[in-house]
Amino acid sequence: MSKEMLERGYTPSELMIVAAARALSGVRTVFVGVGLPNIACNLAQHTVAPDLELIYESGVYGARPGRLPLSIGDPTLVTGATSVISMADLFGLYLQCGLVEVALLGGAQIDRFGNLNTTIIGSYAHPKTRLPGSGGACEIAINAQRVFYIMQLKRRAFVNKLDFVTSPGHLTGGNSRPELGVPGRGPELVITDKAIFNFENAEREMQLVSLYPGVTLEQVQAEVEWQVRVVEPLAEASAPTQEELHLIRVQLDPNGMYSRGGNA
Amino acid sequence: MVDKSLTLREAIATYVYDGMSVAIEGFTAFICFAAGHEIIRQRRRDLTLIRMTPDLIYDQMVAAGVASKLVFSYLGNPGVGALHCLRRAVEAGTPAPLELEEYSHYGLVGRYIAGATRLPFYPLRSYLGSELPEVNEHIKFIESPYGGEKIAVVPPINPDIAILHAQRADRQGNTQLWGLLGTQKEVAFAASKVIVVVEEIVDEAVIRADPNRTHIPGLIVDAVVQIPYGAHPSYVQGYYDRDNAFYIAWDELSRDPQRVQDWLDEWVYGIADHGEYLSKLGTETLERIRPGSAPAAAVEYGAYR
Repeated sequence: MSKEMLERGYTPSELMIVAAARALSGVRTVFVGVGLPNIACNLAQHTVAPDLELIYESGVYGARPGRLPLSIGDPTLVTGATSVISMADLFGLYLQCGLVEVALLGGAQIDRFGNLNTTIIGSYAHPKTRLPGSGGACEIAINAQRVFYIMQLKRRAFVNKLDFVTSPGHLTGGNSRPELGVPGRGPELVITDKAIFNFENAEREMQLVSLYPGVTLEQVQAEVEWQVRVVEPLAEASAPTQEELHLIRVQLDPNGMYSRGGNA
Repeated sequence: MVDKSLTLREAIATYVYDGMSVAIEGFTAFICFAAGHEIIRQRRRDLTLIRMTPDLIYDQMVAAGVASKLVFSYLGNPGVGALHCLRRAVEAGTPAPLELEEYSHYGLVGRYIAGATRLPFYPLRSYLGSELPEVNEHIKFIESPYGGEKIAVVPPINPDIAILHAQRADRQGNTQLWGLLGTQKEVAFAASKVIVVVEEIVDEAVIRADPNRTHIPGLIVDAVVQIPYGAHPSYVQGYYDRDNAFYIAWDELSRDPQRVQDWLDEWVYGIADHGEYLSKLGTETLERIRPGSAPAAAVEYGAYR
């Protein structure tokens, strides 16, 4: 984490959490994994999205965990939830039915159109690195109304060409996604530890919209293999408020496991 | 009514053979590690292992050399990181080459549903724009006979044997579970043979008092085994917690193949049965994974005479 960020009194992870939470303003249903995205959802519930319901692919709608879950199948997600159902029902009735407004995803590799690789580095037959694979990501990326990516900005992740396309984003750009009949609107935001991107152009290409305080355009470009498209004028991401930081540090992640570690 | 209760050793010896396809399901919860260890102990070989997330159970079973093929949809240690034994098998072919058949979660769920309901395929809105169909010929696209929409389909899967953990069952195998239902019932109906492993064997009257909770009927169950803590380090809702410390420790330990073999020698081969495993685990661990209490209110079904 940068010295400038620490001097400002918050970490890049805390800004990622805050940026993601703010983007969930007014959202009713969010599909979430573990770690930092969980804290972002909890923060949103306390601030801009009081009616937000958390959905987990393990079969939980309306989770109210009593502790930070380590995994998406943590027993704390069951106790106190609104509804706990089979995975067949979760994927069919909630996800495929179109009830998931926003999905928070991350991955090993992303390309400029927001397609995601979580399968292999190298070749499928002889992988240099075998990654976990899709899990629910492929159908989530297809069926969620909107997708936000939350991941660290790293050159090995933001690549020109994915080693494998696990989950579709905007495919080859333009209208290629709707033309293929993919229902959800796809990736909208990429929230990283240095900058925020969206896809709001006709080409559906990732574009830089704001830099975190103390981060330069050069530092961002150094971590992206392709020539980054930049929105003019480039904004500075607004800092977390004291209230947001208090919620994160005192209530939601008091041990700093995700907000003060490196774990995004 | 026949009593289907067996010991775990008897159940595995009777129903699990070399070369079979085996589904020990449970999505993070209800994973019958006791059965996985007994299969290792009885030195089965050439199994096709089926699970959405292999979890540590298949990481251990693959390291022990029981498997030649894995059917799955997510190859991670949930919440922790990678499955190192499985990665070695895939990346380096050790201890033996492992054939992979890879889906997404809903794809494998769909295979279980098609298998359970005896359908030729299950349609799902996935795989559009993904390269997964290119590396798995079983994922296909068809045109809907109503309107021509292009949709992905997956074939049925019918495991030779399913081993499913739950809270309780009666001696006929009528099985009740609550918590993360996962695909326990779909797998049970899809499988040719079913072993149910439970924390408690209860009277038929207990089951009949709450019929909505019976997800697996004894009609399709071949054996019932009682193994308290049989899912450790996975968990059973209301009975014990997931042993997250073990999952984290496994991440470290499993990076070294020799340490894995040492662990198998100490905790699987060197142990006669799950009772001994629990004694070795110790009361301190069992205390650590004891949850607090959160009972649900009783519901009134009504007596209609």
